[in-house]
Amino acid sequence: MVNLEKMRVPIEEVEHIARLAKLQLTEQEKERYSVQLGQILEYMEQLSKLNLKDVPPTSHILPLKNVFREDVVKESLPQEEALRNAPQKEGGYFKVPKALG
Amino acid sequence: MDYEPVIGLEVHIQLLTSSKLFCGCSTQFGAPPNSQTCAICLGLPGVLPVVNRRAVEYGMRLALATGCRILPECSFSRKNYFYPDLPKGYQITQYEKPLAKDGGLEICLDGGRKKRVRIERIQLEEDAGKSLHLEEGPTGGETFIDLNRCGIPLLEVVSYPDMRSPEEARIYLETLRQLVQWLEISDGDLEKGSFRCDVNVSLRPRGATKLGTRTEAKNLNSFKGVERTLRFEISRQHALLRSGKGVRQETLQWDARAQAALPARKKEEAYDYRYFPEPDLVHLQIGKKWIEQIRESLPELPSQRRERFMNQYGLRADDVRILVSTRQLADYYEGCLRLYNRPKIVANWIIRELLRELNQRRWGPEEFKVRPSDLVGLFRLIDQGVISERIAKEVFAQMVETGEKPKRIVEERGMVQVQDEREISSAIGEVLREEKENLAKYRAGKIGLFHYFVGQVMKKTRGKANPQLVNRVLKEKLGD
Ligand SMILES: [Zn+2]
Repeated sequence: MVNLEKMRVPIEEVEHIARLAKLQLTEQEKERYSVQLGQILEYMEQLSKLNLKDVPPTSHILPLKNVFREDVVKESLPQEEALRNAPQKEGGYFKVPKALG
Repeated sequence: MDYEPVIGLEVHIQLLTSSKLFCGCSTQFGAPPNSQTCAICLGLPGVLPVVNRRAVEYGMRLALATGCRILPECSFSRKNYFYPDLPKGYQITQYEKPLAKDGGLEICLDGGRKKRVRIERIQLEEDAGKSLHLEEGPTGGETFIDLNRCGIPLLEVVSYPDMRSPEEARIYLETLRQLVQWLEISDGDLEKGSFRCDVNVSLRPRGATKLGTRTEAKNLNSFKGVERTLRFEISRQHALLRSGKGVRQETLQWDARAQAALPARKKEEAYDYRYFPEPDLVHLQIGKKWIEQIRESLPELPSQRRERFMNQYGLRADDVRILVSTRQLADYYEGCLRLYNRPKIVANWIIRELLRELNQRRWGPEEFKVRPSDLVGLFRLIDQGVISERIAKEVFAQMVETGEKPKRIVEERGMVQVQDEREISSAIGEVLREEKENLAKYRAGKIGLFHYFVGQVMKKTRGKANPQLVNRVLKEKLGD
């Protein structure tokens, strides 16, 4: 049996992450994610067991650099197409509930 | 206790590329809403952003012009936050490895003193869309979103907190704006939002090295607004510190109704952008060869040009500042000098006449059609005595208005200076016949009336008489 308590992410942290992601979680979900997030972190912890002294950090698995496009205008989507999936639209704009500045 | 303000600025500069930073959508201003978007800038799943090479080169230009060090390798990161004008839920920006670091900008303070404001970093990032807030509405207000601006390339220029007064902050902004326009990497248009500014300010006892608690104001889009906000905030912090209360670190917003910088509505969580490396974009390696290529393409910079104008042409600092206010004007000036090498005369004419005509019409350089060769043509007409300087100003106004050549205007409107002694003589005769009373006074010793007679002759000839000739003939007639 694995020790569930050891892997837990504190509930307050789950709530914090949920707020940043604009998610509303039930108490049960918080419990479940507390354990699941803990397991993910635990899994990643394996890396710290390896000797990575000579391995530079990377954010890519491909040995690619300098991929550019030239500054050329391409056709954009027609306005109707851009707005097609919007739940609310008006006068060519996306319409959303009042946002706070 | 005597406190001094410590001010730092972050400026967002929209670049003049034709297409966006990571997709081919147009950056043209003023298009119908949401008509310049695609799957990439709308943040639809499964798309791949690719960096616009020109945006990188524009960033390199500013980096080199401000003496920044271009990093051999830079990368992009995701800055995560939710706002309706940011459809991806993150902004692609630079975080760990920006494009360039550690430069500076020399600013000229009032009274001629110079000061260097250090630049901490220059980074590339994408702009967000635009929100229009409507106060009224059945749901208590709605927000309309236009994503045309979303993905337009920005340079973020972060200064060190090196400024000590609102004036210094304003001059820094003016200098930076002039530089990006000069380098032709941005239109620097404040009204269109191409040049926006975040300020941070704190106070500390004069002479102290430790920084006080700072407050911030974001997205200021006028230099006056920056000065006003800073002035207000400095005196507010002053009062707090003097009364023994501390300053709280917070973000402020200028409230036009209250004429005060008030705390912005607090976000639920303090800044927690959870930056992480952008996995869809590979790193950029900028080698020496590329850097040298960009360096060679740089124009002579405003500070260099000011220096040279003073040394080479012997102009005054104030005049030089005006002539070098834009690259077009400085180029125009030197374009004239190539054809007519009298630096002071040309400088005077441009500063007094040319700029006056432009300002009167509220014209920009694109509306001004008089070529250097035509302006020089006008100078030659004066030198040859064909027209007087006074007439030349009228001719010039016509040139500005119609774009016609000076010679043609002079000929068509009969503005040629009257050199004919007989014609002048008959005009003088007429004036003296009309001015019998004044003539008698003159003869009785009121010799100051001589200038009055000259004026009347000029009026009769509608300013076309050669003034020296009028003087001589009039003297002869009056028997002096
Ligand atoms: Zn696009």
